[in-house]
Amino acid sequence: MTIDIRNIRKSFGDFVALDNVNLTIASGELLALLGPSGCGKTTLLRIIAGLERPDAGQVLFSGQDATHTHVSERQVGFVFQHYALFRHMTVFDNVAFGLSVKSRKERPGKEEIRERVMKLLKLVQLDWLADAYPSQLSGGQRQRIALARSLAVEPKVLLLDEPFGALDAKVRKDLRRWLRDLHDEIHITSVFVTHDQEEALEVSDRVVVMDHGHIEQVGRPDDIYESPATPFVTQFLGDVNLFHGRVDGGSLTIGDYAHSLGQQHAGKTDDAVAYVRPHDLDVSRVADGALAAGTVEHIHAVGPVVRIELAQIGSGETIEAALSKERYRELGLMLGDTVYVTPKKVAVFLKEEAQDYVI
Amino acid sequence: MSSANLTTEAPWVRRVLIAVALAFVTLFLLVPLVAVFWEALAKGWELYLAALVEPEAWSAIKLTLLTAAIAVPLNVVFGVAAAWAIARFEFRGKSLFTTLIDLPFSVSPVVAGLMYMLMFGANGWLGPWLAEHDIKLMFAVPGIVLATVFVTFPFVARELIPLMQAQGQDEEQAAMVLGASGWQTFWKVTIPNIKWGLLYGVILTNARAMGEFGAVSVVSGHIRGETNTIPLHVEILYNEYNFVGAFACASILALLALVTLLVKTLIEWRIARQREGAKERTLEARLAPASTH
Repeated sequence: MTIDIRNIRKSFGDFVALDNVNLTIASGELLALLGPSGCGKTTLLRIIAGLERPDAGQVLFSGQDATHTHVSERQVGFVFQHYALFRHMTVFDNVAFGLSVKSRKERPGKEEIRERVMKLLKLVQLDWLADAYPSQLSGGQRQRIALARSLAVEPKVLLLDEPFGALDAKVRKDLRRWLRDLHDEIHITSVFVTHDQEEALEVSDRVVVMDHGHIEQVGRPDDIYESPATPFVTQFLGDVNLFHGRVDGGSLTIGDYAHSLGQQHAGKTDDAVAYVRPHDLDVSRVADGALAAGTVEHIHAVGPVVRIELAQIGSGETIEAALSKERYRELGLMLGDTVYVTPKKVAVFLKEEAQDYVI
Repeated sequence: MSSANLTTEAPWVRRVLIAVALAFVTLFLLVPLVAVFWEALAKGWELYLAALVEPEAWSAIKLTLLTAAIAVPLNVVFGVAAAWAIARFEFRGKSLFTTLIDLPFSVSPVVAGLMYMLMFGANGWLGPWLAEHDIKLMFAVPGIVLATVFVTFPFVARELIPLMQAQGQDEEQAAMVLGASGWQTFWKVTIPNIKWGLLYGVILTNARAMGEFGAVSVVSGHIRGETNTIPLHVEILYNEYNFVGAFACASILALLALVTLLVKTLIEWRIARQREGAKERTLEARLAPASTH
């Protein structure tokens, strides 16, 4: 089922949670709503579910206006951040709930309910816990039961609010992969909310990056990571070094250094900020095409990647570079060495564009 | 040992504190309680029972039961509705509403009774209108029920508000998303989650409804065999130097208090055990997967 979100606005008092949001979710895709807390992602999810009413705008399910359809009639599955399992019911009764509250006409027989519940419990690999109570389960188990419960009513859309937020790192990683596999198996249109960029990039087909009630960028994970559309997206998606300089005549000037930008921002002149990810930053002994010079302050050589922290000469700001072990050995870096940093890839945003985001 | 000594008082301090507390409880609670039964049974079982089945006493007992039977269900409905409104919705004047719920606790019961007299009494605001329509509220059973409902109003709501606020509405929303109607959500999710708190509130309401003196005394009119509840009847008998009768009736209230305490302890024990059990079973469930998987 496709979902169309048209011109949705929502405020809570003076706080604008969603400011004219438009989005189309394709049938069968797994979409991530990514953003910092307070960006409106959960509100958008709750509006899709019908748990929140938008101030303006429409939500369309398969082209049909569902804006005023009551939550109990939207046929959506919703997995709450803290699972919201019914604490006084067994796991079995939790999963059976959606079927048992159907009207007598639609309700399947006892045997059929039993069969369907057990099938779902097998799907989430927890059929051996059917008689347990939610309080007896671990976080990861609760999460999977919450998912099974929402799938029991055969929803057309699955909505998940920070599905892995309350779990520890190891369980989170397992569940992520498991959710991806599950989605590949049942192909239900799914939307999940997260503030963890790694999670969004790893699990989803498409990512929607949000900030301050706006959608900043929509795209496939690698597109978003490789070509972020705004300074906000660039910064939100991972560690990044900032260089303040000026774009003039197709090159970026930072202090005494100039770096050619090729076609990017050709013919424009303005103050600009350059964003370079640590692994896109090469360290070199020669100043060719460099962005800045720095003194080596720290070297973290644990693991496959060597992280170098440099103090930029002039500003004193910290620059972080990630080098391969080979490159590190080749350079023979020592603490206190003065070296140059050259970007392999740089995202430059002119001051005009960036203004909104410098806070 | 040494670390325990650092954070606890010296043994003699503990002993003195415990002794003071015990002495206080014995002197002010235990001795009077025993005295009630002692006095009631002072002239033997037969007189005790006779004092209870004597028509006026029996009528007081029936009236007390009737009052509680009306006041408790009413306040369960009011209490659940009020707690629901406060815990679930944001509305203008919510804090004023929350404060008003506590009014019966902060106002002297006698004042509560007088308020009703002012409103419904013969010389009250609505008195003439009521008299015209031949409705008798004051010095009659309806007045007693009204006064009792007023003084017991906060118990259920007070128990439920923090409970419902702590539980949040996630489970109810989950039920709605799964297709449950408001009514189904209420009976299948809300009520089971608050049942122990609700029961606790009911017990406290019942104890107070049966034991209320001040407010009921003002509106009852003390008509023997008609508008006397047990507490009022006890006072009358005592003033007439009928000690066995007074203490026999008082012993019923004392028994009620003991039963209330017992049930209250049972409920608390049950809630605590549920929590304990949940903790243990959580541990078991976490250990189990490896073997069954």
